[in-house]
Amino acid sequence: MEEEKRKSLSGENNEKTSGNPRRDFLKKFGLLGAAAATGGAAIYTGYRYEHSKGKHETVKVLTDDNRLVEIPADQVKDVTSDLKVLQTRGREGIKSRRWVMVIDLSKCRNARQCVNACQSAHQLRPYEYHINTLIMKEDQGTPPYFMPKPCQHCDNPPCVSVCPVDATFKRQDGIVLIDNERCIGCRFCIAACPYSARIFHWEKPKNAEANKDMTYDVELNVPQKKGTITKCLFSADRLREGELPYCVSACPNGVFYFGDENEDAVTNGTTKETVRLSTLLEDNGAYRLMPELGTDPRVYYLPPRNRLFDFPEDQQPGEHKDFIL
Amino acid sequence: MNNTGQKYIARKEIIDSVSSDILRPVRQNRSFILWMGFLGIALIACLYAYTIQLREGLIVTGLRDFVSWGMYIANFVFFVATSLIGMLISAVLGLIGYSWIKPIARIAEIIAVAFAAVAGLVIISDMGRPDRFPYLFMYGRIHSPILWDVTVVTTYLVLSLLLYLLPLLPDLAIAKSRLKNVPGWLIKVYEILSFKWVHSNEQYKILFRSIRILLILIIPTAFAIHTVTSWLFAVTHRSGWNSTIFGPYFLTGAFVSGTAAVIIAMFFYRNNFKLKSYITADHFDKMAKLLVLVSVVYFYFNINEFLVPGYKLEKFDAIHLEALFSGHHALLFWSTQLLGLVIPMILLLFRKMRKPLPAAIISVFVIAGAWMKRYIIVIPTQEHPFLPIQHVPGEWFVYKPTLTETAITLASVILVLMIITILSKTFPVVSIWEVAEEKEKVVAKESSNQGYDNNGEKSINN
Repeated sequence: MEEEKRKSLSGENNEKTSGNPRRDFLKKFGLLGAAAATGGAAIYTGYRYEHSKGKHETVKVLTDDNRLVEIPADQVKDVTSDLKVLQTRGREGIKSRRWVMVIDLSKCRNARQCVNACQSAHQLRPYEYHINTLIMKEDQGTPPYFMPKPCQHCDNPPCVSVCPVDATFKRQDGIVLIDNERCIGCRFCIAACPYSARIFHWEKPKNAEANKDMTYDVELNVPQKKGTITKCLFSADRLREGELPYCVSACPNGVFYFGDENEDAVTNGTTKETVRLSTLLEDNGAYRLMPELGTDPRVYYLPPRNRLFDFPEDQQPGEHKDFIL
Repeated sequence: MNNTGQKYIARKEIIDSVSSDILRPVRQNRSFILWMGFLGIALIACLYAYTIQLREGLIVTGLRDFVSWGMYIANFVFFVATSLIGMLISAVLGLIGYSWIKPIARIAEIIAVAFAAVAGLVIISDMGRPDRFPYLFMYGRIHSPILWDVTVVTTYLVLSLLLYLLPLLPDLAIAKSRLKNVPGWLIKVYEILSFKWVHSNEQYKILFRSIRILLILIIPTAFAIHTVTSWLFAVTHRSGWNSTIFGPYFLTGAFVSGTAAVIIAMFFYRNNFKLKSYITADHFDKMAKLLVLVSVVYFYFNINEFLVPGYKLEKFDAIHLEALFSGHHALLFWSTQLLGLVIPMILLLFRKMRKPLPAAIISVFVIAGAWMKRYIIVIPTQEHPFLPIQHVPGEWFVYKPTLTETAITLASVILVLMIITILSKTFPVVSIWEVAEEKEKVVAKESSNQGYDNNGEKSINN
């Protein structure tokens, strides 16, 4: 047996050693198969190379100002930072900042531009919200109003306390982020959040195929991942570039102010006017959502008084409203 | 007190008669194979449902952003709850010194082991990313009650397993030479698992001491597992969960479902394993009384849980209670409370209802009610968050479990039944040596009216 093996390995006298015709056949067949596979692979590689070289194949690319453009495939060069860099800076946050949002309810007329801008930036479906505008009515006898509701980025966030794996965390600049490379999908944070600010990817997210090879940016939470949580990020990616959040700059009615608590200054996303935060809050009797829970939100609301428009009759406030696109 | 010179093993004739009765069902007969085959096929069908969920995501369930915990979590709570009975029977009653629990203590441990083992799997079926389960150990944050839960459930499972295995050691040694009609490998298993048990007094002393330590350890662990499980809800702000009595409320509820489970199992073993002279009508009477006791305590916590917020009717509590008392969940709520708790509790007060058959039937209602109660605790609260649910598809407002989800939940129940079946067909379900010992005491008492030192029954912990 050993002998036979040695001989056949060295290739000498093949006819003689392998007396078994079936084994002989199998051996030849195997050789032929291997040769065919190698040849085929070589031809295919060559074909692919020629193919990609010859024609200018184009690919669709999402630019950093969020436009989808088409460019030649051979022009594409990977310039995104690697995951490790993005994750480290994403968890640290931006130094010496304390981001704060002010929402003026007297100006909101439910244009839902904030919702649309947000959903397109974070690649969400029309019923998946980081920010939602709710039709509110606190009580019988009190007037109805529209209320944009992003994540409140609480300073005492219940969602962060309950997360078992540190997937959701509070940064030094006040933002609460979610790392979907870490999230195990237990949804304890959904249960813990009193503001219903968090949503879950129950199915394959929108653009899952297109974003397959994209590097994950925790500050944009794109690509979104199936089986993980997603939520408002205060547009941490925009803030890093010195821009206002997507929702803030998309609003046509001047509802949103955004800025840095340390500088005591907030900028209106529509008028681009910068005002003193403390004065704005004081003059307008600002409040925060459910302060009795002790969550200490970073989003302030200015009450819906002196509205310059009527509340539309067809949009009656209620507990449960059906799907409105 | 036993003097140290006394032998811990009963006489051979008694052991022979007891073991021949108890070991009779220990064999792989046709009905065992048929039953396991049936469970196996059902399990495969249900696991197929899980592969669908793995591929498509949790979209195949009825869960959505507002009701994001559903049947899986309710089932998990139920499993953890039912497993607590091992602690109540073996540890609490055992340490007090009740010797009537000896023939049924192992049944309680089997139930504890089976339910605790599968509870962990149930939690994994609820995870959006089950592949990231190891992250709990790699990146675990001690602040999260989930981590506490994982820790204590694992600890409880290990302690329960030990409490099942240690008292089994003398039985395995007794049984390995007496087993008939079993395959050779099973004898080998007995040989290995009995760890060279030779019934020496020294061995018994070590055994008693270790069991005693385990019994003491398992009490705080069992309290912890269900208290921590209740905290998964109670640490949130939501109406219906935001309650300071959730720990004891869950704990007492756990004893109700566990006691019912043991009564059902006792009824099954008594009839199918022909153990009528070991699991007696008296055992049913006592267990049914225990069920009344724990039901009364649970009922008391129910009154606290619903009456106090119902009296104040704060805005969101009012919405929640309205849904339970007269709204969407009213039928489920009232049938659970009445058929699963109040009526059984009253019926069992009558001696006739504590006979084996009626007690077992009532226990079926109690255990079904216990499952539905977990559903009522978990789901309705989430349908009424503080801020209105708007601009989402209409079917998101109310949770409706899907068939896939139900099949995956069924898989966990099948797994529990499989574990119970395998354990009870492979090893004796009643402790031979302890029962024989009790018998010998009776015989000794009868033969010599005086002389036997009877100042206290010898229990497992002496």
